[in-house]
Amino acid sequence: MSARYGRSGRVKPQGDRFETAVWYLMRLSGIGLFVLVLTHYLILHVIYDPSEQDASWIAEVRWSSLFWRVLDWTMLMLVLFHAFMGMRVVIGDMAGGRPVKILRYGLYLLAVVLFILGTWVVVTLPNVVPDA
Amino acid sequence: MLVRYRGGEGMLAWAFHRLSGVAIWLFVVLHVFDIFLVGFAPGLYDSLLFVYATPPGIVAEWLLGAAVLYHALNGLRIIIMDFWPRMTRYHRQLWYLNWVVFAIVGVPVTWVIYQQFARSMGWAS
Repeated sequence: MSARYGRSGRVKPQGDRFETAVWYLMRLSGIGLFVLVLTHYLILHVIYDPSEQDASWIAEVRWSSLFWRVLDWTMLMLVLFHAFMGMRVVIGDMAGGRPVKILRYGLYLLAVVLFILGTWVVVTLPNVVPDA
Repeated sequence: MLVRYRGGEGMLAWAFHRLSGVAIWLFVVLHVFDIFLVGFAPGLYDSLLFVYATPPGIVAEWLLGAAVLYHALNGLRIIIMDFWPRMTRYHRQLWYLNWVVFAIVGVPVTWVIYQQFARSMGWAS
């Protein structure tokens, strides 16, 4: 029984299949994000200076190949799931009732908006190939 | 809930995890909007980029890195204990190990970000 252990993580839900699936997916996406987000920060904040990453740099360098676009979109999907499901837990730990329900729907709406905006920009940004 | 509030390292680990998580969530929300501008209004995006060249912007960038690194390391610790419950006995040691790795990774990263900071302050190097 997991409740026996003093953990800092959320105790694995018992019985509810949806909650159990979310519990596993939080950990799975967490492992993916461990790699993706740390390399993202290393490349874009440590190796390169973010103040030099203007829109044309993103089009010509960062997103000049399908590889980086797919990688960044994958990270976006994982981070939206992980961050919004995490915030759902945070909201759920607050007092219940109507305000929490409204907050939760607001949270889901924001996640959908970010999914649309992020996917739109990663798919439609013109691929500007600089002169070799 | 009571399990989490016994105090000590476990509670601190949990509190930092939550604080860093909410902070990263906030940044992700802003970051998706600003990257959306790269396609929607590149001129506006470029005009906002100065934030990363200001001292407060760079301090925020550094804090973001610290939050991400802590959340990543403590998240790994949680996963280890969840799938290998015997490790829960060493949850304190694992947390201290988190801080050792945090410092080993954090010091060189801080040095690089400090160079950005020095430039933003106009301290020629």
